[in-house]
Amino acid sequence: MSNYVINHLKELESEAIFVIREIAAQFENPVLLFSGGKDSILLTHLAKKAFYPAKIPFPLIHIDTGHNFPETIAFRDALVEKLGVKLIVGSVQEAIDTGRAKEETGADASRNSLQIVSLLDTLEAHKVDAAMGGARRDEEKARAKERFFSHRDEFGQWDPKNQRPELWNLFNGRKNYGEHFRVFPISNWTEMDVWEYIKQENIDLPSLYFSHQRDCVVRDGVILANSEFIKLKEGETVENMTIRYRTCGDMPITGAVESEADTLEKIIEEIATTRTTERGGRADDKRAETAMEDRKKQGYF
Amino acid sequence: MDYQDIELLRFTTAGSVDDGKSTLIGRLLYDSKSIFQDQLEAVEESSKSKGFDYVDLSLLTDGLKSEREQGITIDVAYRYFATPKRKFIIADTPGHIQYTRNMVTGASTANLAIILIDARKGMLEQTHRHAFIASLLRIPHAIVCVNKMDLVDYSEDVYNGIVSDFKAFSSKLGIKDIQFIPISALNGDNVVNRSENMDWYQGSTLMYHLETVHISSDHNLVDCRFPIQSVIRPHTLDNQDFRGFAGRIDGGVFKPGDKVKSLPSGFVSTIKTIELNGEQIEEAFAPMSVTMTLEDEIDNSRGDMIVRENNVPEIGQDIEVLVTWMSTKPIQARTKVVVKHTTNESIGMVKELKYKIDINTLHRMEDVTSIEMNDIARISIRTAKPMFYDAYKKNRQTGSIILIDEQTNETIGAGMII
Repeated sequence: MSNYVINHLKELESEAIFVIREIAAQFENPVLLFSGGKDSILLTHLAKKAFYPAKIPFPLIHIDTGHNFPETIAFRDALVEKLGVKLIVGSVQEAIDTGRAKEETGADASRNSLQIVSLLDTLEAHKVDAAMGGARRDEEKARAKERFFSHRDEFGQWDPKNQRPELWNLFNGRKNYGEHFRVFPISNWTEMDVWEYIKQENIDLPSLYFSHQRDCVVRDGVILANSEFIKLKEGETVENMTIRYRTCGDMPITGAVESEADTLEKIIEEIATTRTTERGGRADDKRAETAMEDRKKQGYF
Repeated sequence: MDYQDIELLRFTTAGSVDDGKSTLIGRLLYDSKSIFQDQLEAVEESSKSKGFDYVDLSLLTDGLKSEREQGITIDVAYRYFATPKRKFIIADTPGHIQYTRNMVTGASTANLAIILIDARKGMLEQTHRHAFIASLLRIPHAIVCVNKMDLVDYSEDVYNGIVSDFKAFSSKLGIKDIQFIPISALNGDNVVNRSENMDWYQGSTLMYHLETVHISSDHNLVDCRFPIQSVIRPHTLDNQDFRGFAGRIDGGVFKPGDKVKSLPSGFVSTIKTIELNGEQIEEAFAPMSVTMTLEDEIDNSRGDMIVRENNVPEIGQDIEVLVTWMSTKPIQARTKVVVKHTTNESIGMVKELKYKIDINTLHRMEDVTSIEMNDIARISIRTAKPMFYDAYKKNRQTGSIILIDEQTNETIGAGMII
């Protein structure tokens, strides 16, 4: 370290920790949106580092669609226990039962956009003024324009054309009553950075990310796990495949990749040679060219 | 080289629709294999549906609906790519004058600026603007790419003419490190691979420059500045007395054992430990986030700053700044604003509007009564409490402020302290 340069992972870590500490300092009721995916696990790890030896000074919120992989839920509970942080669960099933959200129908039905209702309800119920998430700008083109501190109006909406400029490391978290912020500390990380850092820090991940055998259905070129949440269409068959996941959403919409990569080293090698983006297997992004922007404007993650 | 040991370079590109900026970015991403199959397919698809007979690479960066409809970049778009030597973050900004504020935003965090010139057109008003913004924001390195060399028969004379025009203009600006490269983004000449069409050019390619430009001295390593973000007090049995100051180092090199001074109190103490996540750090420098503990119990809190005893920043309530106006609401003298500086915040009042700068000619316009969106002007501000600051040219972090509207809470101005 004698030449006073830090490597890019250290610089990204440093930037993320700065942002997380700003959130804790600038807001009264911040939370961390925990999806159980690798990005939110990484974010939780960074939050732990930011405040050590104190505990993470804000709760985790998980929006449970009821369609999660069981591995995700088990992992979440173990992590919360280990860190001694508070967990708040918002339930999509409950929103459906109480009529706040309406279940989609048809073979491609998904609870993905229904999460918006539960998310906004949960944030409101807990008077959350800043919800931090693990979204990254390299994931999707609408996210490429997202700020670190992203302002949401009193209806939870995002106005991409009227975003606050963000200069240097000066983050403006001031807001009017009823408004809140979404904050994205790992905005500048790429998928490769995330995996390299997970390896460097030896961060535990759910087994879904590593190669395993699973009964799957191939639909429109996307490999989906066969589960009680998926209705087979005519001509579709279930086959046992060797797969792993690159992202971790709901079971019926998260596409797997055929992969033998069962260690972090092999995963990194696989990513270095892969030719599709990690959201390439996400059916929720394929609904329209600006599907992500449309959902984000309404209050999606 | 191991991927874990590469450095991060942030650069900005400013340009308009037809100067080949999107093509250049597309070329860098494509040749470094950072465009994925599904992204390329999506772009091919929308190019086709728009009736283009070519693949419009700008659709890769222009992600918002209204941008795609209008075919322009409105906002700052961030793009990422990596080579075995470095990881890059591109802040891609529109080049038109009504987007000055976006260019300033993109430039604020950049180590390097790429300035594109169309070889057929030479220096334009917008070239002046881009170069001026790079110098105003103190981007340490600039690369001037003379693009579309294929359309001027790869002429050395044309290139030399543009280089000398640029040098004549930029001598007034004070950008420390300027490189010139003749390229064709469309055909890839001198972007990643050396051109076979320009034997007369002996310099290196754009990618080589990006990979090797020396950035380790871009941070101030002399003047120790540590603004406190928050105080960490665990109150647990194991850590009854732990009292750590959390923050990111903005300048200088801090070591355990150093005598330090806390501002504004003026109390002096010694650094006991510098750590992160319980791991001890021997030397801490910008831009590291750390937790610092002191030998003596000093009542520091957010907004305070830890510095070296014999090297303190300016302390005062009257600051002179060059401000870029970011809001549609103009500003006059006596307007009240919130001033945000490092982790500190204060109410302030605009005392005087001194002059505006015409960013195309660099001329000063005196007698200003109001400052409008995208204007760059010199103003003086009085803050309600003392600020601890440096000149922007000395330190980009401790020398910068943003101004916030007290009513709407919008960020309305970005200021560089003189």
